[in-house]
Amino acid sequence: MNSTATRFRAIEDRAWKALSAVTDPELDESLTTLGFVGTVEASDEFLTATLRLPTAFCSPNFAFMMAADSADALRAEFPEMSTRVVLEGNADSERINSAVAAGVGFTDAYPVEAAGDLEDLRAVFRSKAHLASLDRLISKLVSTHAVLPELLPTIRLVDVPEMHEREALLRRRNDLGISIDDNAFVLVNADGSRWDINDLAVQIRFAKATRISIEGNAHFCSGLLRTRYDEPPPGH
Amino acid sequence: MYSKDGEDYFVVDAHVHMWDGSDENQLNIHGAEFIECFYDYHRNLSPEEYVWEFRKYQKYTEQNFMTDVFENGYADHAIFNPAALPAFYKNGFSRDLAQDMARRSPDRLTYNHNFDPRNGEAGLRHLEDAAREFGLKGVKVYTAEWHGDSRGFKMSDRETYRYLEKCQELGIKNIHVHKGPTIKPLDRDSFDVADIDYCATDFPDLNFIVEHVGLPRLEDFCWIATQETNVYGGLAVAIPFIHTRPRYWAQIIGELLYWIGEDKILFGSDYALWQPKWLVEKFVDFQIPEDMQGEYGQITVSQKKKILGLNAAALYPHIEVPEHLRLDFVPTTAEPVGALIK
Repeated sequence: MNSTATRFRAIEDRAWKALSAVTDPELDESLTTLGFVGTVEASDEFLTATLRLPTAFCSPNFAFMMAADSADALRAEFPEMSTRVVLEGNADSERINSAVAAGVGFTDAYPVEAAGDLEDLRAVFRSKAHLASLDRLISKLVSTHAVLPELLPTIRLVDVPEMHEREALLRRRNDLGISIDDNAFVLVNADGSRWDINDLAVQIRFAKATRISIEGNAHFCSGLLRTRYDEPPPGH
Repeated sequence: MYSKDGEDYFVVDAHVHMWDGSDENQLNIHGAEFIECFYDYHRNLSPEEYVWEFRKYQKYTEQNFMTDVFENGYADHAIFNPAALPAFYKNGFSRDLAQDMARRSPDRLTYNHNFDPRNGEAGLRHLEDAAREFGLKGVKVYTAEWHGDSRGFKMSDRETYRYLEKCQELGIKNIHVHKGPTIKPLDRDSFDVADIDYCATDFPDLNFIVEHVGLPRLEDFCWIATQETNVYGGLAVAIPFIHTRPRYWAQIIGELLYWIGEDKILFGSDYALWQPKWLVEKFVDFQIPEDMQGEYGQITVSQKKKILGLNAAALYPHIEVPEHLRLDFVPTTAEPVGALIK
């Protein structure tokens, strides 16, 4: 491989890494894990990433968020380069791509059809992602650390042993601006307030249903993506 | 009817289609994208031997339907929940043939019509005519449907309420609302099921069947359905996971049984998205995996009977369940032959 090709390859690897930090807000998983990043190509002047989604009808709102977030991630990683994100095969690709390239918001891209910008929707899904990560953590505490469910409301972050689920929860709390102090309680709502303990069983159950719902959606999307592009699961 | 291990199941397929996604019927590129997307669902979640050729999938025949749904698919009765999609298809996605079929076999087929509140007064008159013509007992509503510049509406909109009032007046009791994987919703989250909370409270005499159990918003659907006694869940699109991801399916049905209960869940194949034959067979064979039974318990034969048909028959009383297929049926002990010969 000549040195130019090596240099481009290194840029592309960095770009993949930057894109792996972008998540599908609805599925709460990385775009690269989901297989939504199709290609990344560097040249002397340009860095271009293509995104592809499971169906032509994937919601423009979510598609827009992912394209805009990817564009931001590449711009932040390569301020010196001209970067481009191209969404392929969506019914609204053209519209989304030109809006993202121009750096305008969703309501500018859909002046007539859109009833509002996407921040509220983002907030809804951040809160769902938090609840789902809470379910993963408390299920682990109950099943492998023998914590009695009725004691969960008294548990603070400092009481939770180091594990993947703890990290994941902290990340979601950070996104929502919830305290990650050692003394903070684990069972809190998206606004940081503590759970109502009178309703504990139902709330635990609701967290679980939320997790199942998000995971099911991810199953659907990754399955449809593979069918659409006729390929094995990502990572193979 | 389906029989297995000495048990007989009365089957109502509460969600079937007779569609036309053919090239000739497509109005624009979206018509092509829509049927291709449907086909991907079909290919992705069906067992291999049940996957059709694309051409057949675009437009199948009445004979295909009758064989697949009734002969092979075990249905005693099936309910059309037609999608109109006039923005994508010249003659609409649902074929008028469905209406004729229901007229010809009223004992086996029920035709639900649809409405779009954005059609205003004219739409209300049309609904009245349709109710008279087809004797409507139910209607399908697709809240994410395109209409001019609008890309959706809510069940709680004032305009929608006028249509629901009309339904009440016309005796259309069952409102099937598509809440699930959808066509291009926009900024509003068209999967959002919160609007059901309002209409279900304000129209206690109507039943709201949330199709696709609100997937991908299962938790919100469950939450609302537990607050409202007149909210039901249709399994179309959710149940095919029984083949590709049985453990995930176990969680869906386990959650539904916990939250909304065995009396409010309705089977539907969404034919021709999926063939009812394998769905019915696998559902009857299905059991919650052992390591999950601590959480969900077991699913019982009577629960399966309710879900597969008895619950839908309760919502559509014109569907007659033979006495021996009802849950309260107690077989009378046969008199010994000798006793008859006196």
